[in-house]
Amino acid sequence: MSRIVGIDLGTTNSLVAYVDDKTGQPRVISDRDGQRLLPSIVSFAGEGVLVGAAARRQLVRRPQSTVYSIKRLMGRGYEDVKGELRYFPFKVLPSEGIVKIQIGSREVTPPEVSAIVLRSLKERAEAHFGEPIEKVVVTVPAYFDDSQRQATKDAGRIAGLDVVRILNEPTAAALAYGLQRLHEGVVAVYDLGGGTFDISILRVKDGVFEVLATNGNTHLGGDDFDRAIVRWLLDEIRGGHGADLSPDPEAMQELRLAAEAAKVRLSTDERTPLTIPFDAFTYSREITRGDLEGLIGQLVDSTLLPCRMALADAGLAPADIDEVVLVGGSTRVPLVRRRVHELFGKTPHSQLNPDEVVALGAAVQAHILAGGITNMLLLDVTPLSLGIETLGGIVSVLIPRNTTIPTNAREMFTTSVDGQRVVDMHVVQGERELAKDCRSLARFELSGVDPMPAGMPKIEVVFLIDANGILQVTATELRTGKAAAIEVRPTYGLAEGDVDRMVEESFTYAEADVEARLLIEARNEADTVITHVERALRQGEALVGAEEQQTIGAALDALRRARATEDRELIREATTAMNRATEHLAELMMDAALKAALASRRADQVLEK
Amino acid sequence: MDHFEVFGLPRRLRIDGAELQRKFYELSRRYHPDFHQAAPAERQAEVLDASARLNAAYRALRDPISRIEYLVRLEEGRETKEGATVKPKAPPELLGEMFEIQEALQEAKASNRSDGLEPGARETLAAQRDRLLARYRDEEARLRGPLSEAWDAGGSAERSRVLGGFKDALATRAYLRTVIDDIDQALGEAGEGHVSHRRH
Repeated sequence: MSRIVGIDLGTTNSLVAYVDDKTGQPRVISDRDGQRLLPSIVSFAGEGVLVGAAARRQLVRRPQSTVYSIKRLMGRGYEDVKGELRYFPFKVLPSEGIVKIQIGSREVTPPEVSAIVLRSLKERAEAHFGEPIEKVVVTVPAYFDDSQRQATKDAGRIAGLDVVRILNEPTAAALAYGLQRLHEGVVAVYDLGGGTFDISILRVKDGVFEVLATNGNTHLGGDDFDRAIVRWLLDEIRGGHGADLSPDPEAMQELRLAAEAAKVRLSTDERTPLTIPFDAFTYSREITRGDLEGLIGQLVDSTLLPCRMALADAGLAPADIDEVVLVGGSTRVPLVRRRVHELFGKTPHSQLNPDEVVALGAAVQAHILAGGITNMLLLDVTPLSLGIETLGGIVSVLIPRNTTIPTNAREMFTTSVDGQRVVDMHVVQGERELAKDCRSLARFELSGVDPMPAGMPKIEVVFLIDANGILQVTATELRTGKAAAIEVRPTYGLAEGDVDRMVEESFTYAEADVEARLLIEARNEADTVITHVERALRQGEALVGAEEQQTIGAALDALRRARATEDRELIREATTAMNRATEHLAELMMDAALKAALASRRADQVLEK
Repeated sequence: MDHFEVFGLPRRLRIDGAELQRKFYELSRRYHPDFHQAAPAERQAEVLDASARLNAAYRALRDPISRIEYLVRLEEGRETKEGATVKPKAPPELLGEMFEIQEALQEAKASNRSDGLEPGARETLAAQRDRLLARYRDEEARLRGPLSEAWDAGGSAERSRVLGGFKDALATRAYLRTVIDDIDQALGEAGEGHVSHRRH
């Protein structure tokens, strides 16, 4: 069997990993610069496309054409996500069915954006192995529904990949731990990432990883922590500077990035300065871990109910859990660790890097599928009950949640009118009694039924949830034994024809000149640096002497000249020189901002007394 | 092939859980699609089917109560569909108490208090709920214990009598479950006293 690699397609970062044949251990593949994480960000710049760190640098510069956290929109409809659209600077179009994003004059779907990230990881792996890579295992949140899984699989196809398995992230993490550290027993995996939360309870025994129950929230993660901080900062700035920044996408992006960075620092520091240079003023203040915990406390607490529900479904009490494993960058937040510790009454594991452990587990599963590991087996479950809509809009459950997959259910259908040739079914996922409260997956149309009196045709429909957690439906007319034709209309998915078209279009992308892309990257970076320096000179000119001002001015001119050429190396060199020339100024400005922040804090304290 | 046959077991209710699990893992290693990735499409379809059948069998048999529910369906020739086997039915000796409870629940619904209940009514309902929960557990103990033993030991005449006993006990249990859930909901404790469909 050909090589299979494992990909963690994350909300914030993505990674690719493989199992080393010699050591039998999973390894993350780095890019040329030694970076292991690929930011899941795609920037559309004219004809070109940037991905990863290069796209990240465009977040503030081109907020409307730089797409991040796309995972939150995968397999969703406009109605599902409209509540959070105000946090995204890019434009999501109101539409039926699948969400579409408008970039300039074109529209892209979430699977197409994710495909660009996947393709970049594919290239990274190909550069590492020096051979084409086609087969991959891609991870998804355990609580992803069928549409979200299907969207992820579509993304793989558009990227020219064969997704041989969609793997649940918490189970992937358990596999990675299982390879070396886990003892036999019952394990709870608490996975809080950038945009999603999962809890999975597993029994590990004799090399079998049996998932007993899973629960979660596919719209809860570090992004929501950042948003809570941003809302708070917006209020502060409105109060302190009288400025409302919310209509300004660039300022909002600056705020978000600063909030995220401060949150990260507060995982190790008790307090941290927050300095954001805007065009009109520089905002500075100090933020403490207590401030942060006040802002995110409720969000963290809201992860505990899914944990209790998963325990109840597994028929277990917190005390029955032998080990707790933490996964996802957001589990670095001390408050999260504290709450998990309190719930389960034991210190959670976090020896493996929470950013990498899912990718490592995906590599392990890839190795199992390739036949490289034969003593480990993963038995996963479907996270949500699957049912069909019956008379009166009531859901008849065919496959209950937490059923081990693969699994199938059979249901008989017939006609209600004489001579009826077509039978419709509406398939939903969820735990509510009414179909309208559940997640609509698809409408299936069985056609070619022989005309007969009502109730005479006997059509057996088999609903199969495969090992990917994805639904497949087949139907047979029992009298004739003939397979009935089924047309599937996914509610929030791409039609088969759309995917084919996107696959073709993406191939034309791939042929685009690498050199041209690198030139675009270099120019974009130069533009970013030029903007920053111009702003710094406006605000901090007085901090440095005339000589230094002249040096900076000269470097700026040189960079502008280089920017106008086609010479990528020249632009790179000029950018580096520019950065060096402003290092001292940047330091001075940071000091000044810090002093201002501390002074205002002291003033606050004085006022409080 | 019925669920008992999947595990090579006779149609009896006494099953060693640890042994069943060991066998489930062993058969999973044989049929799980992960180990047949390189097989021809036809073989892949076969193992997929076998794997789905194995998972369904394990789910039905691992819990003593769902095992009985499955047995009832199997004996009545309705083995394909999982789900409710019996109509919930109130046990005759509890009818009086049930009437009171339903009345209290109605009142709770009609009242405009934010928590829905007077403190006194709340206590009474909670006490009733606990009694019903005890009765629910008794019913389960009867199903798992004497009734299951009678099935395993009995001849065919005895078995058809036991089958009736299973159905009555399951109907009572289902009824109690509904009322207990209703009370929990009225008390605002939904989920707390929840007995999941899956127990070990």
